[in-house]
Amino acid sequence: MTRIFKSAALAATGLALGAAPAMAQSLDEKVNEVFANSTGWFVNFIFSPFPGTSFPWIVMWLVIAATVFTLYFGFVQFRTFGHAIRLVRGDYSDPNDAGEVSHFQALATALSGTVGLGNIAGVAVAVGIGGPGATFWMILAGLLGMASKFTECTLGVKYRNEYDDGTVSGGPMYYMTKGFAERGLPAGKFLAVLFAIFCILGAFGGGNMFQANQAHAQLTNVIGDYPGWITGVIFAIIVFLVIVGGLKSIASVTEKVVPFMGVMYVAAALVILLMNVDKIGWAFGQIFAGAFTGAGVAGGMVGALIQGFKRAAFSNEAGVGSAAIAHSAVKTKEPITEGFVSLLEPFIDTVVICTMTALVIIITGQLIQDPATGLYLLDEGATTIQTVDGNKGVALTSAAFSSAFGWFQYVLALAVILFAFSTMISWSYYGLKAWTYLFGEGKTTELVFKVIFCLFVVIGAAASLGPVIDFSDAAIFAMAVVNIVALYFLMPIVRGEMDSYLSRLRSGQIRKFKN
Amino acid sequence: MPQKIVVGFDGSESANRALDFAVDRAKAQGGSVLLVHVLEWSPYSFLTPTELEERHKRRSEELARAQSAIIDPVLSRLGDAGVMVEGAVKYGHIAEVLAASAKDAGANQIVIGRTGHSGMASRLFGSVAGSLAQAAPVPVTIVP
Repeated sequence: MTRIFKSAALAATGLALGAAPAMAQSLDEKVNEVFANSTGWFVNFIFSPFPGTSFPWIVMWLVIAATVFTLYFGFVQFRTFGHAIRLVRGDYSDPNDAGEVSHFQALATALSGTVGLGNIAGVAVAVGIGGPGATFWMILAGLLGMASKFTECTLGVKYRNEYDDGTVSGGPMYYMTKGFAERGLPAGKFLAVLFAIFCILGAFGGGNMFQANQAHAQLTNVIGDYPGWITGVIFAIIVFLVIVGGLKSIASVTEKVVPFMGVMYVAAALVILLMNVDKIGWAFGQIFAGAFTGAGVAGGMVGALIQGFKRAAFSNEAGVGSAAIAHSAVKTKEPITEGFVSLLEPFIDTVVICTMTALVIIITGQLIQDPATGLYLLDEGATTIQTVDGNKGVALTSAAFSSAFGWFQYVLALAVILFAFSTMISWSYYGLKAWTYLFGEGKTTELVFKVIFCLFVVIGAAASLGPVIDFSDAAIFAMAVVNIVALYFLMPIVRGEMDSYLSRLRSGQIRKFKN
Repeated sequence: MPQKIVVGFDGSESANRALDFAVDRAKAQGGSVLLVHVLEWSPYSFLTPTELEERHKRRSEELARAQSAIIDPVLSRLGDAGVMVEGAVKYGHIAEVLAASAKDAGANQIVIGRTGHSGMASRLFGSVAGSLAQAAPVPVTIVP
């Protein structure tokens, strides 16, 4: 009798397994359809162009803000670059504060939240659509973005909440409420609530679904096609163990491996560039030519510019407000010092790492050019440039690196997964801060957020790239809309702090502890 | 000039031998002892956002625990030894902190216990005694 049961059970399992792939594929499609339909209006609003042009207003918004901050603070990103590095090295840290969060640690943690798929997949998307010229605008946006980051992180530290038990909470929500109250401005609370809502959406989007999606793309690229929800469920379980189960070991291993991976990624890119040293001049030529003429690129020069600016903002998150949350735990008597340190973040993230990715893609000839005219060939829909094997997103980067070292695709797969994971952990924290700001702190409210966060991991891995990337961008840029309004109102405070600090630094009142 | 001796103290047996040695010296010369316990810490390590948030709180807890578990028992044991003994808990690289403490306190000597590590581990990571020998501003005594 038992034997019959057993064989029946086995047969049933076999049937279920056989039916699974078909069901899974349709499940992925279903998720994709529902997702695209339900978020489309939001995406359309955020990326709606200026009337009569094809230029999305949001991109202009970010670039104008970064330019305003750059001018208002007198090119702070160039003037204090050296001082920022000395701060990170700990030259100005009081030895008696050893054991507290150092500038280096705050920067490293913030970086591991931003260095991620934006640098690998996002850049590939940018040059895939906007051509090499997108790189130029990306670098420019990165340099300008340093001033935005400086502004928001200074405010993040200045207006953080320090609780009796010694923990801290900081971020745009706090400078919006406290900073606005201090300046006698209305609507601080309203902005803070709005920001918190978008921050939660951003945490689910760019900080989660985009990561899961591209991690899955990378996995299928290496080990063959299989349904996305499987990756999603596995990722969701690990994330759940870390953020709900408090499994610190996974998180701390990731935190240690990610910087190592980042260094290795840049090193590999440098080696590839050195191997093609004769083509570097040509690549920069392509970048400059593409930046201003946009020859043969979908949307021409404006297309290159939009792609470059978009991906830079998405990668380094300058002006978005997320970094203000990450940087706020540092131990310092001068909030402005964390601002100086944070301006290194877009530099490392965008000007160094993103540029490496772009150069490697260009130099290894992944973008197909017309041999006769040198123009890039567009695919059938005339929306993206034709690539070798039709790769896009993370697969394009992977193909570029693998063309030099075949084995690198495995390293990259591991890097992508780890970057994705560390970005998810960071964003789960940012989202949680916004969530508890709205709904109050408490075990149950926190758990609700964390469970929803894990569900979105599955959705992100199952949906296809287009809708996910659109929604991710839209949510993160929506944060920037609110955050930058607040930054405009609060920037005189930062200016005051900066002038006071720099004059004390010049007069020798602020001294190094180390020589 | 009265002798002041810095003792690197981690509560181990050899550290206790170093302490006894230092107390004897101080007693003979009418000096005092500064007990320094170092919590290994690098400002260049990597932490998660949650760890950053809780760092200040954890630091206070770690300092309190080290004080009550390692420093206080010694201070009460040596309360009637006839020598002034102070204790301090600090964060950082052990050898660097001991050297800096000796300098700040104007000590004339550093005493540490021999850890007895040899071979691979100390080749790779260096030993406290080895680093101190190179960095210390005052004479160093290693008690076996």
